[in-house]
Amino acid sequence: MTDQAFVTIKNAAKSYGSLEVLKDINLTVSRGQIVAIIGPSGSGKSTLLRAINELDPLSSGEVWLEDVQVNKKLPHRQYEAHVNHVRQNIGMVFQHFNLFPHLTVRGNITLAPRMLKGLSEAEADRLAEEQLAKVGLSEKIDEYPSRLSGGQKQRVAIARALAMKPKVMLFDEATSALDPELVEEVNLVMKQLAEEHMTMIIVTHEMDFAASVCDRVLFMDQGVVVEEGPPSVIFQNPAHERTRNFLRKHLSR
Amino acid sequence: MDTELILRVYPFFLQAAWVTVQLSVLTAILGLVCGALGAAARLSRLRLFRAIGATYVSVIRGTPALIQIFILYFGGPQIGIQLDSFAAGTIALGVNIGAYMTETIRGAIQSVDRGQTEAARTLGMSRWETMRKVVLPQAARMMIRPLGVNINALIKGTALVAPISVVELTYTAQRFIGSTYKPFEMFLLSGVLYMIIIYVVGQGINWLDRRARIA
Repeated sequence: MTDQAFVTIKNAAKSYGSLEVLKDINLTVSRGQIVAIIGPSGSGKSTLLRAINELDPLSSGEVWLEDVQVNKKLPHRQYEAHVNHVRQNIGMVFQHFNLFPHLTVRGNITLAPRMLKGLSEAEADRLAEEQLAKVGLSEKIDEYPSRLSGGQKQRVAIARALAMKPKVMLFDEATSALDPELVEEVNLVMKQLAEEHMTMIIVTHEMDFAASVCDRVLFMDQGVVVEEGPPSVIFQNPAHERTRNFLRKHLSR
Repeated sequence: MDTELILRVYPFFLQAAWVTVQLSVLTAILGLVCGALGAAARLSRLRLFRAIGATYVSVIRGTPALIQIFILYFGGPQIGIQLDSFAAGTIALGVNIGAYMTETIRGAIQSVDRGQTEAARTLGMSRWETMRKVVLPQAARMMIRPLGVNINALIKGTALVAPISVVELTYTAQRFIGSTYKPFEMFLLSGVLYMIIIYVVGQGINWLDRRARIA
């Protein structure tokens, strides 16, 4: 782990018409760091996460991955080529998995690597096997997503993202759509990634998970970062009233 | 009912049915091409293309197919478009059904969950790669049935070229009525033949749809 900035967000702002969903947000994540973003719904945390890979581009401000500006202003064609390229380095996992239902697990994992990295069928197969072993689903390689449980789907989605060998992984409420008994298997995979020093930015409602895995926690509300710090501080001794209120509601549930 | 008459004239009706089939197939192909282009235009990033697509759909759907056929066949020569009746009929019907197919195809593409596109784009796939490998394969399954409905309408719609003297089923029935004064038998005969064509095509669509569901 180094202190070198890996993902940098500078003066990020976003609005839809007169509605400001992000207001002047700054965030620096260093290599291998794991950052959780928590906050009430509508606080802008998912929007911020989706700005990192240009799914929801910022209105103003900058997003950098190492020394590359992700949201560079470019003419359309060049911009498309640029984001397609940088996105290969930014893995993302969605709340609703978004597996491709018409492809097998193998197809889901190998589609992008074969297309974008020109892997041969054999190389792609090896990659799929390797990534599936990592998430403990080797035996499901030829299944279609409809035959998997929610937890298994999400593990496959993680394997699919990892197959592109990203430099950073974004998790957008990866366990929110899961039945409670399926959350743990996904959390375990994420913990394992943490142990491998994957840089991760995690939007989550699970405070216990954030507390146990993350190096840093950001609390967002109404489009601003209210406070940030190590989980021990944020969860046990938050400085702001808003943070305390949020945590009180969340922990009493 | 004059069965003897039916037995005497049915070979002419079979020939006419064959014309109807040819007309239907060519119209369906042209319609699918127009539909694909129309859908691409309606879903384009460029406002101009979207406007062209929307205009195509609303103009065609907002006017009777019969008028479109007449404009092309009777009005065409005035602006230098000389087509024989079969060609004019095929083109007018194909462009017509293409507007309906535009909406069918667009609807199927848009019914694919946005998350699918997001997942593919997030992996670094381009718009076109995403469309081709993720969205279209899913949309294709969903459009088989509604396109089948369009094709069913198109087959029945081929009757509209009778007034410009394409020798298809409806025209043939009318012609034989002129000489036999037996409209019941003649229209019944052509109706049965339409039904057979539609039944066979319908079975084909069902088969395609079942296959797509399994795959």
